[in-house]
Amino acid sequence: MALIRLILALTMLVMASGAVAAGIELREFDDPVKEKRYHDLTSSMRCPLCENQAIDDSDAPISADMRERVYRLIEDGQSDTEIINHMVQRFGEYILYNPRLENRTYLLWGLPFALVLLGVVIVVLMIRARRHASAKALSAEERQRIDALINRKGSS
Amino acid sequence: MKRRLLLLLLPVCFLGLALFFYQGLALDPSQRDSALMAREFPAFEATRLRDENQRVDQSLLTGEVTLVNVWGEWCPACKQEMPQLLELADHGIRMVGVNYRDSREKGLEFLSEFGDPFEINIFDPEGELGFDLGVYGAPETFLVDADGVIRYHHKGYVSPEDVRERILPEVEKWR
Repeated sequence: MALIRLILALTMLVMASGAVAAGIELREFDDPVKEKRYHDLTSSMRCPLCENQAIDDSDAPISADMRERVYRLIEDGQSDTEIINHMVQRFGEYILYNPRLENRTYLLWGLPFALVLLGVVIVVLMIRARRHASAKALSAEERQRIDALINRKGSS
Repeated sequence: MKRRLLLLLLPVCFLGLALFFYQGLALDPSQRDSALMAREFPAFEATRLRDENQRVDQSLLTGEVTLVNVWGEWCPACKQEMPQLLELADHGIRMVGVNYRDSREKGLEFLSEFGDPFEINIFDPEGELGFDLGVYGAPETFLVDADGVIRYHHKGYVSPEDVRERILPEVEKWR
């Protein structure tokens, strides 16, 4: 039992150090703005191989290549948009955690707003219908019945 | 009556969305088209695997329908798909290899052990061409038409069924 625990602890230690080692190449930037851009870009791109990790968080060789490319392009003086286009041209829209607004993503971006709007319309319609119903005048027959009920209570 | 219909709108919307998303669950995110589909094969400059003094570039891929296979000695699935690639070469299809992130020795060793269906192998030790091709794991196979435009992309291992049902028909289609 103690042996199993020891092995478990060792495995976890090895795995943890592996995770720490992921994506921590030391990059020298002469400009803190560039460094910030580097971190923003690498944390907003999805690793094409591992699906649910950003490239700044992934151990996959392709993520290291992509980080290296982002670094080089920043040092070359390219803008964020140019760098994103550079990557999307090669690996597809898939790598963007925030898909760009274009023909095929209108539904994706528009749906939440459309649903909220639909909800508002429904609520407004319901309130108006209810107000309409309560404002409707009572018929003569109903008025008579109410009068009769009130009077009976008052006379007793 | 009208109000009832209105109330029905919400569950209908919900059901519609639920169905839509349920279908999405069945999609395999690893099965997605290459971003290079219908685009020209990226420009590159490299040497041949067999001859470090002979330079090759993208003009290598024009003039004839060509299958470009990205492989590496370190990649087990590449070894397994070699018989299928040799079969494709036997069908008279022009094959070009990209030796991806490998050393010359390892690459040549691989070819002498598992066979060489390739007319030429492009040596890409740093994975530069692989990067421009959007390769994120070998093996990957691209079909390039006579104008040098990428027409089909196969991600991963090529099985004998893939050869019969996908690759041969695609080659025929673009010839």
